[in-house]
Amino acid sequence: MADLAAAMDRRRLVTLLSPAYLWLLVAVFLPLSAMLFFSLLTDLPQDAPDWGLTLDNYGQFLTNPTYATLLWKSLKLGVMVTLACILIGYPCALVLARTIRGRARETLFLLVILPFWSNSLVRIFSWAIVLRGNGVLERSLDWLLPFDIRLNLMFTTPAVVIGLVHSYLPYVILTSYLALQAIDDDIIEAARSMGASRWTILRRLLLPLSLPGLLAGAVLVFVPVVGSFMEPRILGGRMGTYYGTVIEDQFIAVYNWPLGAALSFILLAVVLLIIALASPVLKRART
Amino acid sequence: MKPALLSLLALAVTTGGAVAEEIRVLNWQGYGTDQEFATAPFAEATGHSIVHEYFNSEQEMLTKLRTNPGAYDVVLVNAVYTQQAVAEGLLAPIDTSGMENYAGVPDSFAQNPMLVEEGTVYGVPWTWGLTSFAINSSVIDTAPDSIQALWDPAYAGRVSIRDDAVEALQLAALATGQDINDIPDLEAAEAKLAELLPNLRTFWSSENDWNQFMAAGELDIASYWSGSASRSASLGLPVEFVVPQEGAIGWLDGLSVPATSEHKEAAQQFIDWMIDPEFYVRWDQDGAPASANAEAAAALPEEAFNKRVLGDPEVAARVTFQTPLSNDRRETYLEIWQRLKAAQ
Repeated sequence: MADLAAAMDRRRLVTLLSPAYLWLLVAVFLPLSAMLFFSLLTDLPQDAPDWGLTLDNYGQFLTNPTYATLLWKSLKLGVMVTLACILIGYPCALVLARTIRGRARETLFLLVILPFWSNSLVRIFSWAIVLRGNGVLERSLDWLLPFDIRLNLMFTTPAVVIGLVHSYLPYVILTSYLALQAIDDDIIEAARSMGASRWTILRRLLLPLSLPGLLAGAVLVFVPVVGSFMEPRILGGRMGTYYGTVIEDQFIAVYNWPLGAALSFILLAVVLLIIALASPVLKRART
Repeated sequence: MKPALLSLLALAVTTGGAVAEEIRVLNWQGYGTDQEFATAPFAEATGHSIVHEYFNSEQEMLTKLRTNPGAYDVVLVNAVYTQQAVAEGLLAPIDTSGMENYAGVPDSFAQNPMLVEEGTVYGVPWTWGLTSFAINSSVIDTAPDSIQALWDPAYAGRVSIRDDAVEALQLAALATGQDINDIPDLEAAEAKLAELLPNLRTFWSSENDWNQFMAAGELDIASYWSGSASRSASLGLPVEFVVPQEGAIGWLDGLSVPATSEHKEAAQQFIDWMIDPEFYVRWDQDGAPASANAEAAAALPEEAFNKRVLGDPEVAARVTFQTPLSNDRRETYLEIWQRLKAAQ
């Protein structure tokens, strides 16, 4: 009887899980394998009948210092945007989870998610309208302030950071909010009754207990930002050349798919390495 | 009946075009062939319908020709790429004897070695134009006559060029007095570009980009294409195209028939209509590149940019036409361009 029940359990497990794994196979594994294959080619098979396998595409990353320079630049951008998201997002989540109650919380929460419902390209173009010279931002400041002001934010690195922070901030707020909300009120009460100050409660209780959520949010921001290309291209102007834009160029402008694929895999490897190096910290935070 | 349609009708009758066919055209989007005034009169006169597919780069166009045999009947090939396409067996010879308007194409285009191989025509010269720069005439009163204006500190932060390796290096070649088709001193060109980049506000990538930046007052002076400049001007933007003393980069677009086309007859009829003066005059009202058909160019009104500026023999003498670029050369250019951009 027990065996039969176990077998039925297993069958149910397989039936329930198979759509998800099938989806992963089709949507993640197959495209990635195709890209891996492309990255090892000398030419695309449809363009050159005499194509062959090579490691040259990976070699180019090592021989041409431009790619390493750009990867470093992209990593720095990732760190900058992630820090900004944490500095803005965490306090926001803290207030939402611990201070505001009832309907107001729902409304504010909705406002946080709202940007997710609009297309990211539309969001970036609206930033372009706000930031550009004589744009919405400059005109409003001009109207408010008595002196002449020229920000010149458009087509600078800060413009790229602003656009990216706005796009990815909700991730940090959502994950931190979930972690903060799960903290038992009694622990906070107990700490308060023992005379802990607000600062001590934040530093010794709230922050360590919500760290897994915060770090999960940070990873969710860091990974896509390192590979971003659309935001730097539109908001960055001549400063907007990053590792992601070079990969995009290989696919769209130059039509060198093998090199683009190889550069993508190097990015993937570097990002995985960074997460692997950070995983001891992540693990400690979880326990 | 409009006179424009008479010649088409005659053509339809003489070629016995009773069978309506579907002609599939591969081109850039919004580039002449897909406009209402191009397809509707042709369909009315010949019964053939026109379907479009678009490409975003010349490499993509070549790949589409290679991978979709039989899918296209007319394809736009920049003359620089025609030889390569012929060598790969992608294009069919064109019988120009049946084309009424081909006689109007001057020998400099019709006999161009990039389009004609051993007397066989593989591309019908359609349009040509210049890559140079344009100014915002509401900001700059007198148009500069030198390409060095892009480097002028007076316009620092108000300049733009296209994000394209070949175009950037050819502009730098002009500015350093070198041959655009075989830049002997690449280091000098690179150094010249390195001086230009800090002057830039941003790069532009499409005509639409360019128009928006100009309309928003972000730019005073920017590299541009002659055909696009006339289009921007017809939209009401204060744009003036400059052909500087140092010269300008000329390009030539041809229409070809893929080797695997199953409607070659109808395709050649459509190409003939594309170099028809009547069609070109209508197109030029919306802003068009220069026509390769001299009769079409002559049919323009006197004040038209394509007649006034590009029709000037003194201007034509300053133009150097692009010739094919080897893959190695192209890759070297790209490497230089990426290095320059990464250093920003």
